[in-house]
Amino acid sequence: MEEEVARIYPTDKIKSPTHLSIGQEAVAVGVCEALRSTDVVFGTYRSHACYLAKGGDLKKMIAELYGKATGCAKGKGGSMHLIDVRAGVMGTSAVVGTTIPHAVGYAYAMRLRRKDTVVASFFGDGAIDEGVFHESMNFAGLRKLPIIFVCENNSYAIHSHQLARQPASNIVERARTYLIPAERVEDNDVLRIYDLVKAATDEIRSGQSGPRFFECMTYRWKEHVGPNEDFDKGYRSISEAQAWFENDQLKRLENLLEPQVRERIVAEVEVEIEQAFEFAESSPFPAEEELYTDMFGEAAQWTAS
Amino acid sequence: MDRILTYAEAIREATVQEMTRDPSVIVLGLGVDDFKALYGTTRELQDEFGPERVFDTPLSEDGMTGVAIGAALAGLRPIHVHIRMDFVLLAMNQIVNMAAKARYMYGGAVSVPIVIRSVIGRSWGQGAQHSQALHALFMHIPGLRVVAPGSPYDAKGCLIQSIRDDNPVMFIEHRMLHPQRGHVPAELYTVPFGKARVLVRGSDITLVGVSYMAVECLRAQRYLDEVGISAEVIDPISLSPLDTDTIVASVRKTGRLVVVDTGWTMCGASAEILAQVAERLQGVPHIRWQRIGFAPVTCPTTKNLENLFYPNAQTIASAAFGMVHDNQKPWAPQHKEAPEIVEFKGPF
Repeated sequence: MEEEVARIYPTDKIKSPTHLSIGQEAVAVGVCEALRSTDVVFGTYRSHACYLAKGGDLKKMIAELYGKATGCAKGKGGSMHLIDVRAGVMGTSAVVGTTIPHAVGYAYAMRLRRKDTVVASFFGDGAIDEGVFHESMNFAGLRKLPIIFVCENNSYAIHSHQLARQPASNIVERARTYLIPAERVEDNDVLRIYDLVKAATDEIRSGQSGPRFFECMTYRWKEHVGPNEDFDKGYRSISEAQAWFENDQLKRLENLLEPQVRERIVAEVEVEIEQAFEFAESSPFPAEEELYTDMFGEAAQWTAS
Repeated sequence: MDRILTYAEAIREATVQEMTRDPSVIVLGLGVDDFKALYGTTRELQDEFGPERVFDTPLSEDGMTGVAIGAALAGLRPIHVHIRMDFVLLAMNQIVNMAAKARYMYGGAVSVPIVIRSVIGRSWGQGAQHSQALHALFMHIPGLRVVAPGSPYDAKGCLIQSIRDDNPVMFIEHRMLHPQRGHVPAELYTVPFGKARVLVRGSDITLVGVSYMAVECLRAQRYLDEVGISAEVIDPISLSPLDTDTIVASVRKTGRLVVVDTGWTMCGASAEILAQVAERLQGVPHIRWQRIGFAPVTCPTTKNLENLFYPNAQTIASAAFGMVHDNQKPWAPQHKEAPEIVEFKGPF
């Protein structure tokens, strides 16, 4: 799907910043596959994979990238503000770290309402630099909330390496100081991520565990924002990326399938992608009056008692 | 029959009644469960509603605002309380980038029904970082409601309206309003947003007083009455949305407008109110305008400078008198410190 986004992007039909998650899909898939449809995820501006893995509507997502009225946010959000409440994908945000406390607050509400929903909060290694990450971890650890923190560590915040921003690569250790059990998965291993998260959600739901933290080492194949590669820009090298290319989790999963099954799935997905882009192309842009709608909700209709 | 409560009691009563009516209402904030209970506004709430619905927070204004937003996305109606508005600055990212924008940028898919209560204002040497009234910063942002009721009656009704509203509401309380007493009905009622209240009718000049300045404008009105000037006093109650109709109608009648804010005038609530009214009255001749607010400096702590920093009933009356008399003769009533300021003592 994102390869199609990358192909279309130079035509300028997608007139807004788009951050591709090619290379990082394994984390989103491993985590979301372990969640229930009623569970909820909060993501980042690089959340195409997360949105789709959690069951977000593909047509509405592509239409959103195109700025069309049929988009998941009516064209008012774009790639960085995807949402599909029905699928449990809460809004993604362009400001690093901002949705982490939302996930914590959502988990607080689930606890208060005695629901067995688990919330997953996705963020990158850049978010660890933000104060709100620590404030959120502190409160989640304090209240032992039903939440899974997922750090997608791709080593770079835009073009700045983790070790240019942090004294050591020890994100899991920081989580542990908030009494949150934390594990680091080194190699983008989609099946291991699934197993770990599945076990964690089972323990959380049965009341045996509070928050859990997973630092998933992964790699962004494309540039920070946009459809191109950027290994010639000086801040990272293609040799660094080579191991990640070879450890492609999509290929790994494909190879686990019978050839006929794989061909069928590939054919179905290609049709789905084609239809989604056709849907986006043929959908209308929002009507001019839409500029002013969705600012405020009507006051709730309560009867004074 | 009059039922008299203080402003602080009115806030507490609104909270209790709404929490009783609606189990989705929760209260969080630094100190909401301590023995001082935010000037009494949260007293015994935790005993009544339990520690899950009423809780103290870590000192994490940004994070806890995000937690409140997340809880609101999940269907709760959090009231996040800040004992000083200065501390709300630590939560600007969550308020401006998320709470205000979520509904629009997600195409109406979600609502963020949170109330952010914050205390502003003078008393007893609060100084630079314990006194700021920053409501204008929030008026600038589409997606936020900003209300600053000036009486116990409006505090109760406006807080109930804020809790029921599906949008983020900045609910601003001046510390010197907390002890003010007034009639407050026992039943639940709402005071709608976007409707100003005319507190006193008059014909010579319109005084608009924001928050605590509504009280000081009422005092100024009495001084002016003694020297033969009839002032109309308006409390806007809701700053965003703003009821310009009521103020415009008053200025059409009086031809003079003084907007008094408990904040700075530069890009402030007074500037905005005056601009909105002026736009509506273009071409109407001989209207006089003035903004009054804090001195354009950082708030000093020492008493004599603090007294000069803030507007008060005497400075308001003096400015109004000057406007009515075309600044031909200076006049000011004898300085008399407001009783709530005299009575307020620390530590607190």
